[in-house]
Amino acid sequence: MSKFKYLIDGIVKNNPTFVLVLGMCPTLATTTSAVNGMGMGLATMAVLLCSNMVISLLAPVIPNKVRIPCYIVVIAAFVTVVQLVMQAYTPGLYETLGIFIPLIVVNCIVLGRAEAFANKHSVLESALDGLGIGIGFTLALTCIGLVREVLGNLSAFENKFSSSDGMLVFVLAPGAFLVLGYLMVLFNKLKDRKKKA
Amino acid sequence: MAIKSSLRNMVLVLTLVCLGASAAVAVIYSVTKDPIAAAATAKTNKAIEEVVPAFDNNPSEEVLNIAADLQKPDETNKVYVAKKGGEVVGYAVESTTKKGFGGPFTIMVGFTPDGTVYNTSVLSHSETPGLGAKITDKSSHFITQWNGKNLTDGSVNLSVKKDGGDIDAITASTISSRAFCDAMEIAANVFSNITSENK
Repeated sequence: MSKFKYLIDGIVKNNPTFVLVLGMCPTLATTTSAVNGMGMGLATMAVLLCSNMVISLLAPVIPNKVRIPCYIVVIAAFVTVVQLVMQAYTPGLYETLGIFIPLIVVNCIVLGRAEAFANKHSVLESALDGLGIGIGFTLALTCIGLVREVLGNLSAFENKFSSSDGMLVFVLAPGAFLVLGYLMVLFNKLKDRKKKA
Repeated sequence: MAIKSSLRNMVLVLTLVCLGASAAVAVIYSVTKDPIAAAATAKTNKAIEEVVPAFDNNPSEEVLNIAADLQKPDETNKVYVAKKGGEVVGYAVESTTKKGFGGPFTIMVGFTPDGTVYNTSVLSHSETPGLGAKITDKSSHFITQWNGKNLTDGSVNLSVKKDGGDIDAITASTISSRAFCDAMEIAANVFSNITSENK
């Protein structure tokens, strides 16, 4: 049960988007629709899960002074793997997300979890943490994407429910900031209320 | 917990980590190489199917490289020839404009042998979502207005109405619409150059 806590912590207490406020660049740029947000979240989750496990496994044999280069090599390898797999099996999504897939390498969530968590914990705990943070990131991106898509394009998960034009600003960059801000307020409000009760 | 940061240890560990990582990437690369190529061909084939009348050959195997501007013979465009029963039924011309709002974009234009546009399809673009990206909406008036227009006999002025041409622009996306006209013009030039050489 105590191990299970790591998974839940990643989704609620340490939610990367709404609480830690990490990885803002892909969050703002790729959430133009729910499907794009979800794709970005899942790609990051795959990298996070694999890199967390491998880094916790390698941590005992990595000299302290070269740990960051080692982590980056491991992360970059997994990002390239994810990139190739997406290019082969989901070419449409790969094209939409474009440069933001290779940029997962420099996403501070991934390196942050390696440095702050994976190198001090067991493989299983690191895997659960990676999975939890990944799910938290995916849920956050999907929510932001869904809100932007519904308001901006009048569609949900690419099913258009009205033929008229939406509030275009929500699909463009300023809308990303607006939606992120309001969802962050809402998330933290709900989180605090739960804590008090 | 970590081993000592001596020079020997650092070099050894970094080398081993890099070797392991490159081996993993190499394995995945060789596994995904064929599916990636297949996905790219499938995408081209799908675009060709959309823009020319029904055919029974494999147009991705019958590719002509034709220049849009005969003064610049190095800058060629790909032309896929669609045939049915040995008879040419259409040409799918790949055309890239540099005038897009968010960078270059590439479209596929299908011509019937007499120079009439059969259909068009956007291959890749980085136009603004919700504005210029409407060029991908296949049922919009902007896209359907091209179908049936003959671009080679000079009956159509290939610019938007704002610039005195015959083409209705997308509302609030004049730059993308102009770029699309530019791409169509390149495609039309390529088409006239095929017919003079290979018909």
